[in-house]
Amino acid sequence: MVETSTAPEAVLRTHDGRPLKAALARASRRARVRAFMLVVPLLAFILFTFVVPIGQMLFRSVNNPQFSSNMPELSAWFSANPKATPDEAAYAALASDLVAAAKNRTIGAAGTRINYDVAGTRSLFTATGRMAAKLAPPWQAALLAQNPGWGRDDLWAAMRAASRPITASFYQAAADRKLDASGQFVRADPESRIYVTLFARTFAIAAVIMGLCLVLGFPVAHLLATLPMAKANLLMILVLLPFWTSLLVRTTAWMVLLQGQGVINDLLVALGIIGEDGRLALIYNQTGTIIAMTHILLPFMILPLYSVMKTIPPSYARAARSLGATSWTTFRRIYLPQTVPGIGAGGLLVFILAVGYYITPALVGGATGTLISNQIAFHMEKSLNWSLAAALATMLLAAVLVLYWLYDRLIGIDNMKLG
Amino acid sequence: MVSVDADDPATPLKAQVEAGNVTMDVADIETSQAIRMCDEGLLEPIDPALLPAAPDGTLAVDDFLPGALTDCAVASILWTTAVAYDTTKFEGNAPTSIANFFDVANFPGKRGLRKGAKINLEMALMADGVPAADVYATLATPEGVAQAFAKLDTIKGDVVWWEAGAQPPQLLADGEVTMTTAYNGRIFNAIANENKPFKIMWDGQVLDYDLFVVPKGAPNKDAAMQFIAFATDTQRLADQATWISYGPARKSSAAFVGLFKDGKTDMKPHMPSSPENMTNALFNDVVFWADHDIQLNEQFNAWLLK
Repeated sequence: MVETSTAPEAVLRTHDGRPLKAALARASRRARVRAFMLVVPLLAFILFTFVVPIGQMLFRSVNNPQFSSNMPELSAWFSANPKATPDEAAYAALASDLVAAAKNRTIGAAGTRINYDVAGTRSLFTATGRMAAKLAPPWQAALLAQNPGWGRDDLWAAMRAASRPITASFYQAAADRKLDASGQFVRADPESRIYVTLFARTFAIAAVIMGLCLVLGFPVAHLLATLPMAKANLLMILVLLPFWTSLLVRTTAWMVLLQGQGVINDLLVALGIIGEDGRLALIYNQTGTIIAMTHILLPFMILPLYSVMKTIPPSYARAARSLGATSWTTFRRIYLPQTVPGIGAGGLLVFILAVGYYITPALVGGATGTLISNQIAFHMEKSLNWSLAAALATMLLAAVLVLYWLYDRLIGIDNMKLG
Repeated sequence: MVSVDADDPATPLKAQVEAGNVTMDVADIETSQAIRMCDEGLLEPIDPALLPAAPDGTLAVDDFLPGALTDCAVASILWTTAVAYDTTKFEGNAPTSIANFFDVANFPGKRGLRKGAKINLEMALMADGVPAADVYATLATPEGVAQAFAKLDTIKGDVVWWEAGAQPPQLLADGEVTMTTAYNGRIFNAIANENKPFKIMWDGQVLDYDLFVVPKGAPNKDAAMQFIAFATDTQRLADQATWISYGPARKSSAAFVGLFKDGKTDMKPHMPSSPENMTNALFNDVVFWADHDIQLNEQFNAWLLK
C-alpha cells in the first residue's frame, strides 16, 4: 500500500513529505485560530454584556410565568377547557392553587400578574390566600362567599390570558390596549392612554433636537474645518471641553441658568426686557429638555461633520465660483452634497441617543418634557413590572432599527462617515 | 461586608433573588415594596420573637407602631411627606392647613409636588375636605379618583414636579417654589444644618416606614436576623434621631429621643409622630397602593400629558 501511494509525484510536498496544500491549509488555520483567540475576550464581553441581556429582555417581554407557574392546576384547567365558562372544577383548581401558593408565599406573584390587567385584584389573591386554609367545598360558593370579586368576568379573562406564560399582553399594554371582560384586547380608557402619546412625543422631541443640533453644529464644524490650525485647535477644545464634562454637571448647570429665579431670567428682568411677573418658564417643561439635550448632544453632530468637511478640498468651491456660480448655488450644489455623509452620521447619532435619553429629561423635563425612557425606568424601579418595561424597551429598539433601515434605504449606510 | 447603594434597593434585591445570586444580607426598603416582595416570596420571614422587648418588658409585637411589623420586615424609621414652605414668603399669612397648599390665590407662588400618583392624590382629597380616615375608601372609587385629579387640576399650572428627595429643599432655596411637598428629614436638614428659613406644616402629612428585610437566600441569614434585632431595639431606634428627624418605629423609643447632634436642638417636636404633629395625619395604605399603583400612575401620567 505504501508503494502505490508514494509512486505518482504529481502532488507538491513539503520537505517532511506532507502535501503542500494540506500544510498550507494547516498553517493558515493556525493563524486564523490565533486571530480568533485574540478577539475571544471581546466576543465574550459583547456576548455577556450585550447579546445576553438584550436577549433576556426580549424574552421577558413575551414570557411571564408569574401566574402559570404559581397556579398550575387552574392553568391546566384553562388549557383543557379553552372556551368554557368557569365551573365547579375551575373553582376547585383555583382554591387548591390558592392554598398551595399561600403556603409557598408565591401568591403575591400570581396576584401581581393579574393586577397588571385588572387593577385592584392583587389584594383579592393575598386576602383570600390568608383565609385559604379555611375554604371547603363547594368551592365556587365558598370563594364567592369569601369575596364576590372572584366571580368577575374580566378577572377570569385575565387569568385565562395569563395561564400561558408566553403572552402578547405586555405589548398590548405598551400600545395602550387592555383586556376586556370577553378576553379581547380593546383600546384602554382615555384617562389611562399614555404610551402611544409618549412614543410620539419622544420621536418628535428627538427630531427637533437633531434639527437644532444640525443648524447649530453645521457652521461650527465648517469653521473648525476651514480656520487656520491654531485657531481651529482652540475652537476644537471649546467643543470638546463640555463633551468631556460629566452629563450631570452640565444638566445641573442648565438648571441654574434656566430656572425661574435663574441667571437668564434675572438678566432679562434686570435689562427690563421682561417684568418680574413675566419670568419665562424655560425649564421643567419641553423647552428645558430641548435646550439641555441639544447642548449635550451637539458634539455628536459637530465631530462627524467636521471629519467630513476636513476632507472636502476648497478648490471645488473655488472652481464653482470661477465658473460663475453664486455663493448660495456653490453651497447648495457643491458643498452641501459633499457633507451629506457627515450630516447623516451626525443626525443618526444624535437622534438615536436622544430617543433613549433618560437622566436629562428626568431632571429638567417636568411634566411635558419627559420621554418614554422615563416610563421604562418607572416600570423597572418603582412598579417592578419588568415585562412591561421590557416590552416598551423592545418597541423603542425596534423603532430605532426601522429608522436605521429607512436611513439605509434612503441615503445608504455606506455613505455615512463617523470620523 | 458588601454594600449595595441604591436609591431604592428593592430593584437590585429583586434582581439578585431572581438570579439566585444574593449578596445582600439586609436591605432597607419602603413598606409597599416590603409587603409586595414578601407576598412574592422574595424575602425571608422574620420571627418577631427574635426582637428584644422594650425596657419595661413590653413585647416587641406590642411595642412597635401599627403596621411597623410585617411578616417579612421590621420597621426602623417612620418618615413622612409633608408640606414645607419658605417662611419669608408668607410673613403674617402662614399656611396652616393642607387646603392652603391648593389655594394659590391666597397663598401665592409655585408649588412643588413629587411626580407620581402616590401622596399627591391623598393630599388632594384631604385638601378637598375628605377626612383622613376616608381617603383610601374614596380613592378606591372612580369618582374619588376624579375628585382628586380635579383638585390637582386647580394648581396644575403652578406645579414644579420633583423626583428625587434632594430636590424640594433646593427648589425652596432657589425660590423656584414657595411651598412644596417634601420628606421631612430633608427639610429638617436644611433648617438645622443650613439655617434655611423653612418650616414644615404637618397638617395632611402622609406617613410611611422604612423597613429592614432579609432577601430570600441571603448568605448570612442568621447574622442578618441578629443585626435586625440589635438595630431595632428601643435605644438604637431612639439614637438614630440624633442624626435626622425620622421617628423611631417603637413606642418605647419616644422617651429616649434626645438632642440633635449639634447638642442643642430638641428632636421631639421634629418627629412626625409627635402628638401635636399628628392632628390630621394619614398612614400610607400599602395594600391599596399594591393594588392600584400601576393603574393610578398610568392615569397620573396621562393627566400630566394633557
